[in-house]
Amino acid sequence: MKQNKYVFLWRYIRPAAWSFVAAIVSVEIATLTGMLHPQIIRAAIDCAIGKGEPSYPPFVMKLVESVGGFGYLGSHLWIMALAIVACAIVQMVFQYAFRVINTKATETMVKAMRDELYSHIQRLPYEWHTRNQTGDIIQRCTSDVETIKGFVSGQLASLQRVGVMLCFALFFMIGMNGMLTLIAMLPLIVVVGYSIYFHKIVEERFMACDENEGKLSAIAQENLTGVRVVRAFGRESHELDKFVSHNKFYTSLWVKLSHSLALFWSVSDVLSGLQLLLLMVVGILYCHAGKLTAGEYIAFIAYNGMLVWPIRELGRTISEMGKTGVSIERVRQIIIEPEERDAADAVESDMQGDIVFDHVSFGYHESSEVLKDVSFTIPAHTTLGILGGTGSGKNTLMLLLDKMYSLPDGCGTISVGGRDIRTIKTASLRKNIGIVLQEAFLFSRTIAENIGIGMNELDMKEIEKAAGAACLSETITNFTDSYDTMVGERGVTLSGGQRQRTAIARCLVGSPPILIFDDSLSAVDTETDARIRAELERRFGTATVILISHRITTLSRADHILVLDKGRVSQYGTPEELKEQPGIYRQVYEAQTGLEGRAAV
Amino acid sequence: MKMMEEKHKKLPFFGIGKLLPFIRPYRTMITVMVVCGILGTMWDIAATLLERYALNHFIAGHTTDTLWLFVIFSIIGVMAMGALGYACGTRATTVEVSINRDLRNAAFRHLQTLSFSYYSQNSVGYIHSRLMSDASRIGSLASWTIMESVWHIAYLIGAIVVMFSINAKLATMVVSIVPLVALLFSLFQKKLVAVNREIREINSRITSDFNEGITGARTVKSLVIESKMEHDFRKNTDDMWRKSSRHARLRGLFAATMGFASSLALAIVLWKGGYIAAEEVGTFSMFMAYAQGMMEPIRWLIDSISDLITTEVNIERLFGLMETQPDVADSQAVIEKYGDCFHPKTENWEPIRGDIEFRHVDFKYPDGDEYVLRDFNLMIPFGSSIAIVGETGAGKSTLANLICRFYEPTAGQVLIDGKDVRERSQYWLHSALGYVLQTPHLFSGSIRDNLLVGKPDATDDEIISALHDVSADTMLEHLERGLDSEAGESGDLLSMGEKQLISFARAILADPRILILDEATASVDSLTEAKIQAAIAKIIHGRTSVVIAHRLSTVRNADMILVVKDGQIIESGRHEALMAQKGAYWRLYTKQAEDDATEKILA
Repeated sequence: MKQNKYVFLWRYIRPAAWSFVAAIVSVEIATLTGMLHPQIIRAAIDCAIGKGEPSYPPFVMKLVESVGGFGYLGSHLWIMALAIVACAIVQMVFQYAFRVINTKATETMVKAMRDELYSHIQRLPYEWHTRNQTGDIIQRCTSDVETIKGFVSGQLASLQRVGVMLCFALFFMIGMNGMLTLIAMLPLIVVVGYSIYFHKIVEERFMACDENEGKLSAIAQENLTGVRVVRAFGRESHELDKFVSHNKFYTSLWVKLSHSLALFWSVSDVLSGLQLLLLMVVGILYCHAGKLTAGEYIAFIAYNGMLVWPIRELGRTISEMGKTGVSIERVRQIIIEPEERDAADAVESDMQGDIVFDHVSFGYHESSEVLKDVSFTIPAHTTLGILGGTGSGKNTLMLLLDKMYSLPDGCGTISVGGRDIRTIKTASLRKNIGIVLQEAFLFSRTIAENIGIGMNELDMKEIEKAAGAACLSETITNFTDSYDTMVGERGVTLSGGQRQRTAIARCLVGSPPILIFDDSLSAVDTETDARIRAELERRFGTATVILISHRITTLSRADHILVLDKGRVSQYGTPEELKEQPGIYRQVYEAQTGLEGRAAV
Repeated sequence: MKMMEEKHKKLPFFGIGKLLPFIRPYRTMITVMVVCGILGTMWDIAATLLERYALNHFIAGHTTDTLWLFVIFSIIGVMAMGALGYACGTRATTVEVSINRDLRNAAFRHLQTLSFSYYSQNSVGYIHSRLMSDASRIGSLASWTIMESVWHIAYLIGAIVVMFSINAKLATMVVSIVPLVALLFSLFQKKLVAVNREIREINSRITSDFNEGITGARTVKSLVIESKMEHDFRKNTDDMWRKSSRHARLRGLFAATMGFASSLALAIVLWKGGYIAAEEVGTFSMFMAYAQGMMEPIRWLIDSISDLITTEVNIERLFGLMETQPDVADSQAVIEKYGDCFHPKTENWEPIRGDIEFRHVDFKYPDGDEYVLRDFNLMIPFGSSIAIVGETGAGKSTLANLICRFYEPTAGQVLIDGKDVRERSQYWLHSALGYVLQTPHLFSGSIRDNLLVGKPDATDDEIISALHDVSADTMLEHLERGLDSEAGESGDLLSMGEKQLISFARAILADPRILILDEATASVDSLTEAKIQAAIAKIIHGRTSVVIAHRLSTVRNADMILVVKDGQIIESGRHEALMAQKGAYWRLYTKQAEDDATEKILA
């Protein structure tokens, strides 16, 4: 089912729909009262001059009679002035209401859109994240949303305001003189047509400018990141030439564009000037013929003035509409992607018991299998070491266990405590698996918040304990703000080892029954490594642990070792057993201990 | 990488003084623009007078004589207005973009001379946004701000003069509300500026939330903190909602006050001036037009003050960059003899031999407190190779930085061919130096373009032979466009290993006497690994080389090995001697050897 993009937009507008209606009503009232101004002035002038019999609708005539007739008004102009002020007050109140209600409604819509985007993205499958580029998604969540917002709060409102204004103005103008209205309106159609045509033409040039600004920006970026190469090869003047010549080109594009823009505005100025002149001349002739009073003439000119600007802007509004359509579509493409979902019969699990991989085969693309018929068991409360090179499938194994990718039916099963993980709720599964990656990702929050990010309430005791176990306490207390030190983008930069240890502490906080260390002590020096390991053993004697590593010293502590080679289980057994068998493990063992032995000689 | 806290220094006259040298080349254009602007506004004022004439003469006077004259005069006026508008518009934009261009060029040029300490203290993103966004906001100050002030001030003055000359009493009443309005507007303006800033801040928070949520997706998932992250995100969007609403209330109140003031002016004209309509309806209408027309200029003038305040920050940041003095700079005498990097005087350059000597060098980084080198002495005669080893982040690049004169010693001397590096120009040194980076930095452009960086006048034969030297010529076969294939970031065709080989070939073409090589740690396939090993052996042959080494073969064959830990040199000597010591080097070497062997077995 292909959902229309405006139907999609309606989803977000709907919750604030009544606010939008209220905003529209307000702006209409404001516009209408604004349009009364020229009428009051017209009446005032005609009264003051006291010539010609002004013709008004009967109810206005009655109203005038009740305050003393036109003659009385003519000599007491303060009543008219007061009427203007009164109208202005009504107009301003509703205009204010419009602005506030409209902004609130738009912001409510945008908030709903942003919130849904954020929460949706968090819940999209890992596979989606690997498929899409970060920069592009962020662009959609920020600038595209901003474009939609601008359209709803600005263009949509102004489009509808122009409509209302046109209706009221036409109503008043035709009420005064139909022919003159026609003469005023016909040239305006030319102005609108010209404006739309121009904006279509100029859009491409705007895009060319944007594109070239991007290029210029890329040249600068490249120069700044490559500053060492630039200096070492003495490329400064060449780089400068490159930047200057592109800058020149980019600037010339803008100059050209600005000439077209200036031409557009001038021609448009001339057109509306001539339109006004035409209106004036015909108006004068009508007055002369007695078909129009001076007051009506002035009111006509005033209405014409009110209409000209929004009409000249119409071309831009329409070209913005096209851009908004594209933005809505880009946002929609994210929202329609399906989120991760548990099977209907999925249950909570405490994730106790053996982990069993049973004839598991898996590939990211149909053509190539990364895992081929892998079977092994990790008995509960034991430690499994995994040894394998790049492309051996060890990462895929962990991604499958953590349900980052779901194992399709018929590709074997992975079970924990006898239960197929496909039937375990993803949240409860992941909560019970603590995973520390080689490239630890930290959030831009304080250290304490990073460690305790899995907690509902920050429990400093627990956090300090976890930091202690990860040999991090000393590092943290050396920071000026201790546990309140900001890390990440806006704070201190931690070294690779410190990041890994923070991630370990973060993982320890929840005391998960299953722990995975994916080469996660690679950036920690040997002594700290040993200290952390001892601490982990003491604390996590009961957890089921998976260690992925190349180091024999690390692996040999495991109860069992699995050697993966090109997606297949090549060896499985206790470290002692494998040491005796010919195979990869023994080779690695010999390479590592042998060399040490040799070096020791 | 330290994020510099933005300190706001007040610049006199919003920092416009600093811009003068950049404005000066366009003064004729600006003058023409200003004159055209004044003429255009005069027509604007005159048009209202023409309308007055039309009302008084034709309508009130019931005549149509001179109507043709009126029409012809008006048409000429409209045309002239269009032409003047065009002249102003094109000039204003041309001046704006030209000043932006000049500012960017000047900043870019200055960046080419700034020291590395600047680059290490400021992130690329920070510098980049000074160069791109700050510069882009400044040009409009000298063009559109001037243009619009001319328009608005001229209108204001013109309208007031005309009103006073026609009816001083009524004019006084109309003008009397101006200060009141101005006061009200400026009160709002201050608050609006503050709320605007808050909104921008929240906006950037929301953007970085998205960034974090997307780049950290796997971690969020595995910690099952989606709801928590979402909850925190909602706090920010809630905040945004509140601030935006507040902004709308202020903005709305501002607009309402403005609209009300304009109606009030109208009411005054009607009340106190309505009687004029009986005699001169045109004059009455003219007063109404001026009274309403005056509001826009007042609003604009107040708005533009807040614009100036915002632009002042941009000016301050950009000029902060341009006024930063490089820590490492050639002395005047050196520049006179050797030229600078833009105008080198190659005729005065001595040929380089390639001896390097550190003599009693003390060094600490400008942003660090601790000395990294203390009375360090080392002689590296031409042709010898030095390997520097140590853990990641141990400070291995310090010596390379000093040899390249990216930094200068705090005390003591670095000598090239027995002469202090400071006695010759940086450009002289860099022209004799080759530098191969750990992560090869290729420029956007073709493979040929990248190789020409090493030797701008190299022939295709020379290029091919350099590629052959590093066994990278075979790579060209699988590239459709050969040497013309795209090599930079957008060139995804090249693997990491291939990019490394290209950067080696680039160094060979440059044929430097001194080579600095920062070896890559990233693992590549074994075939490429073998090629890289061979290429390294080849390029360091016959040069003085300083290698930040990760590969055992490079280390083992070095004439001298320096072991660095926590920024200090803890061991030095040849391979055999260091192995015998069984210290840090021995540990590093063994671990590395084991890892290599393991890698080989697992591959």
